[in-house]
Amino acid sequence: MLQMNEKVDVCVIGAGHAGCEAALACARLGLETVIFTVSIDSIAMMPCNPNIGGTSKGHLVREIDALGGEMGKNIDKTFIQSKMLNKSKGPAVHSLRAQADKAEYSRAMRKVLENQDHLTIKQAEVCELLSEDHKITGVKTFTGTVYECKAVVLCTGTYLNARCLCGEAITYTGPNGLQPADHLTDSLKSLGIEMRRFKTGTPARMDKRSIDFTKMEEQFGDEEIIPFSFSTRKEDVQIDQVSCFLTYTNEKTHDIIRNNLDRSPIYAGIIEGTGPRYCPSIEDKVVKFADKDRHQVFIEPEGLHTNEMYVGGMSSSLPEDVQLAMYRTVPGLEQCKIVRNAYAIEYDCIDARQLYATLEFKNIKGLFSGGQFNGSSGYEEAAAQGLIAGMNAALTILGKEPIVLDRSQAYIGVLIDDLVTKENFEPYRMMTSRAEYRLLLRQDNADLRLRKIGYEAGLVSEKQYQDILEKQEFIKKEVNRLKNTVIGASREHQNFLEAHGSSQLKTAANLAELICRPELSYELLADIDPGRQPLPEDVIEQVEIEIKYEGYIERQQKQVAQFKKMEKRLIPSDLDYEEISSLRLEAKQKLIAYRPVSVGQASRISGVSPADISVLLVYLEQRKAK
Amino acid sequence: MKTDTIAAIATAMTDSGIGIIRISGEEAISIAHSIFINKNNKKCLNTYDSHTIHYGFIIDKDLRIVDEVMISIMKKPHSYTAEDTVEINCHGGVFMMRKILEIVIEAGARTAMPGEFTKRAFLNGRIDLSRAEAVMDIIQSKNEFALKSSIKQLNGSLYETIKKLREDILYEIAFIESALDDPEHISLEDYPQQLTVKITDLGHRLKKLLDSANDGRMMKEGIHTVIVGKPNVGKSSLLNILVGEEKAIVTDIAGTTRDIIEEYVSVQGIPFHITDTAGIRNTEDVVEKIGVEKAKKALFEADLVIYMIDASVPLDQNDSDIMKMAEDKKMIILLNKSDLSVCVTEEQLKSNVSDGLKIIKTSTKEKEGIDVFIETIKDMFFHNEISYNDEVYITNLRHKEAIEDAYESIGQVAKSINDQMPEDFYSIDLMNAYASLGTIIGEEVGEDLVNEIFSKFCMGK
Repeated sequence: MLQMNEKVDVCVIGAGHAGCEAALACARLGLETVIFTVSIDSIAMMPCNPNIGGTSKGHLVREIDALGGEMGKNIDKTFIQSKMLNKSKGPAVHSLRAQADKAEYSRAMRKVLENQDHLTIKQAEVCELLSEDHKITGVKTFTGTVYECKAVVLCTGTYLNARCLCGEAITYTGPNGLQPADHLTDSLKSLGIEMRRFKTGTPARMDKRSIDFTKMEEQFGDEEIIPFSFSTRKEDVQIDQVSCFLTYTNEKTHDIIRNNLDRSPIYAGIIEGTGPRYCPSIEDKVVKFADKDRHQVFIEPEGLHTNEMYVGGMSSSLPEDVQLAMYRTVPGLEQCKIVRNAYAIEYDCIDARQLYATLEFKNIKGLFSGGQFNGSSGYEEAAAQGLIAGMNAALTILGKEPIVLDRSQAYIGVLIDDLVTKENFEPYRMMTSRAEYRLLLRQDNADLRLRKIGYEAGLVSEKQYQDILEKQEFIKKEVNRLKNTVIGASREHQNFLEAHGSSQLKTAANLAELICRPELSYELLADIDPGRQPLPEDVIEQVEIEIKYEGYIERQQKQVAQFKKMEKRLIPSDLDYEEISSLRLEAKQKLIAYRPVSVGQASRISGVSPADISVLLVYLEQRKAK
Repeated sequence: MKTDTIAAIATAMTDSGIGIIRISGEEAISIAHSIFINKNNKKCLNTYDSHTIHYGFIIDKDLRIVDEVMISIMKKPHSYTAEDTVEINCHGGVFMMRKILEIVIEAGARTAMPGEFTKRAFLNGRIDLSRAEAVMDIIQSKNEFALKSSIKQLNGSLYETIKKLREDILYEIAFIESALDDPEHISLEDYPQQLTVKITDLGHRLKKLLDSANDGRMMKEGIHTVIVGKPNVGKSSLLNILVGEEKAIVTDIAGTTRDIIEEYVSVQGIPFHITDTAGIRNTEDVVEKIGVEKAKKALFEADLVIYMIDASVPLDQNDSDIMKMAEDKKMIILLNKSDLSVCVTEEQLKSNVSDGLKIIKTSTKEKEGIDVFIETIKDMFFHNEISYNDEVYITNLRHKEAIEDAYESIGQVAKSINDQMPEDFYSIDLMNAYASLGTIIGEEVGEDLVNEIFSKFCMGK
């Protein structure tokens, strides 16, 4: 048989949210890239919830956008409802979430990929990685074609050795009944990669016409819509929105579930994979929180041109008959017709501690990975890793410094550091509580934090970069002006303060001090601030946050300075921990197994104590001098 | 916020003539400046040249003179750690050294971690590279010792108190965080008011803990002293006298069994951790046997043994057994019940025990001879015949700092609520409090929060 041979720079395996970002990043940096998918119709598919963003995930999308990724732009083109969550809370936890038209989202992303220079889409299953001396040389497809390449980005999502479970019915398919990828795992194992098994699940989809929405509470989108992307104009996203609906389970629902637990593959022990605690199946909720007499159920549209509705909050792997009976106890779903059953899915993935924070494998040069394959969960987590893995694959080929975002720079940094440093027992989801410097890592300042990095890598244009420099300058000037504009205790000013329920001035104060008062704001102070020049909305937002939360922000900045010291202390890759006799055995084993790149990273490995870190510092000092 | 300037007592914690408190780091000089006045009542330490020594006084925050000292200044890089270093030569004496160290810490330094001066000296190039091995060993072993003693010395009930405090704090953080993470499921309406109540309670509990750290109750501090003797010789009466008369009783911590009672007593400023044991005698009674075994163990671990003899009853085999057990110990023998008809005399005893052993006639009933007894103890302490483990004291100081930090963080939460800051700001300081308390019982934060969120609150799509 004649073997076909192709030559490219980068092969991206998988065209989900991680794969799309990875492939676009590589192609945009000028590298010949091919993206493989088992089905061209599943590009950027959303097999679970029909939304992008949400708490902390919204931050990720903003960061992807600031770095030059595609997800934010794509959802801005295809959303059907948008909400800023946590608006009543501090700016650090404001999070944007948009309902997507799933089919449109997928179609729009496919269009972007199809029109991207240097990028080829190929429908094929990659079943083997080719390497020499622990260095990637190419991939081989099921049909026998070899693609020689300099780097591979693995973004296989939930497809590897996937099986879906719906009660006793088990099918060996990927999500949505798609063809799984059954051959690649063996090739990965033979490269010395350790595999593990995770599971996740999704609820049923229902026919809109069979649902009685009058029994539910309607959930509207925001009146004023904020776009995800920093390059989308606000006026372009003020669309007519569709609604979601809220209803609740009840004791009847819970009884049905309890009476049929023995038929749940999880409780019957058929599922081996570890499931996520943050999107528990309805079975899990009923068992673990037995004292709750009801759980929320969100009915969300899957798109404008479909009748399918997503039943948020009720994912399940119970058999079909039990599913139908349980769904039908929920107010408004009494007559419901299920279009697609709820199911659980099991798949092969890795413990990401086999990776550097660049997302390159420690023991195979040129092999990168991102997304659910790395043990994460969620479209946004996947896209973020895909972008970084893709950028780093490209930058490495181009002989440039790869990008590692640290925990003080971005949620993406927290996400990747957690994945490659800590032991995860379940699919990892982003949460704002995981970010220790979250006051600095706001969704509103992702552009200020990351545009420069995207620009230096080559994904952000000169114009976008100049814009951000200008914005920075505006913010700085305005903050200074407010701090230096003194307001005397005149009758006019006292009257103004009284009118806004604010206490009287005893001595003169500057405008910044007044903004700090909870009852006052930048906008309100316009009346007593004649020197004010008109400024863009996003500049005013930054000015106000910087002033109002200055004390807290400064405290976190100090902590960051401490943190950075340890991050900068790099550990040589050939360090022999066995040689350091004063290290405790447990610490030694962990350090040998995970080879942290910096003292900072070492300090976050569980089982490594502060004393071990001191010992390590002393050892490094001695070694440096040798 | 605490600086990264460290302080510790550099000399042994015994009552030697001179004690040295060493401060090292960026702010060593400014900290020392703020607590030192010269003989003309002036704060002028920051005008002194490097490598000079000066006479003056240490003052506390109420500007009262605490001690007369010599203070030496060594500016970087010419000091042991190669950082700005100040050494305070004060009067020896455990209490003076402690007091001054505490003032230094109040002024902004933090207690040095075990081996930290050595580590800094090494990292700053002051110790020969060839000695790196030794430096690493020192750091590791000192830390392990501190950690072990920290938990071992922590009084049982306090361990539980701290654990409970942490649990309560973590619950609040988890509640806030789950509401932030899943605002459509969990609401924070009216939460600031509820949290105010909880914060007030947490503040009270931390304050109580701080008080106990202040008077040494938190750790098993003091000279480990055990009172032994046959049943009914007056051991408990002696303890009651020490406790009652001195009015310095710190607490009565219930012993691990009915038959061992521990008391913390400060006798004229010297801390004692006294264990009153069951009477030791040869017995077949099972319950009593256990008590006797415990008494023997306490005796074995003691720094000082007080052996009580009933002078009105002749010595027997049990007495000689006990004396044999305590052979290698510092011991004071009390010939008690001297108010009754005496049949055991000092002379008789002296022939039985080694030379130089102190024998005092007492009557716990009539409270006679007690003053002589106390004088004897004081003498022994000041002549270094008895001492106690200073690590325990240092650990206590570290713990105190941790509790203070937690207390401050809780205060910051109250301030945030008061200033109407958004709820997500509360969890920042609550987390700091949680982490600070964790250092006392050797527990890190790790994945605690995420685990708590998922175990206590039902969230998710």
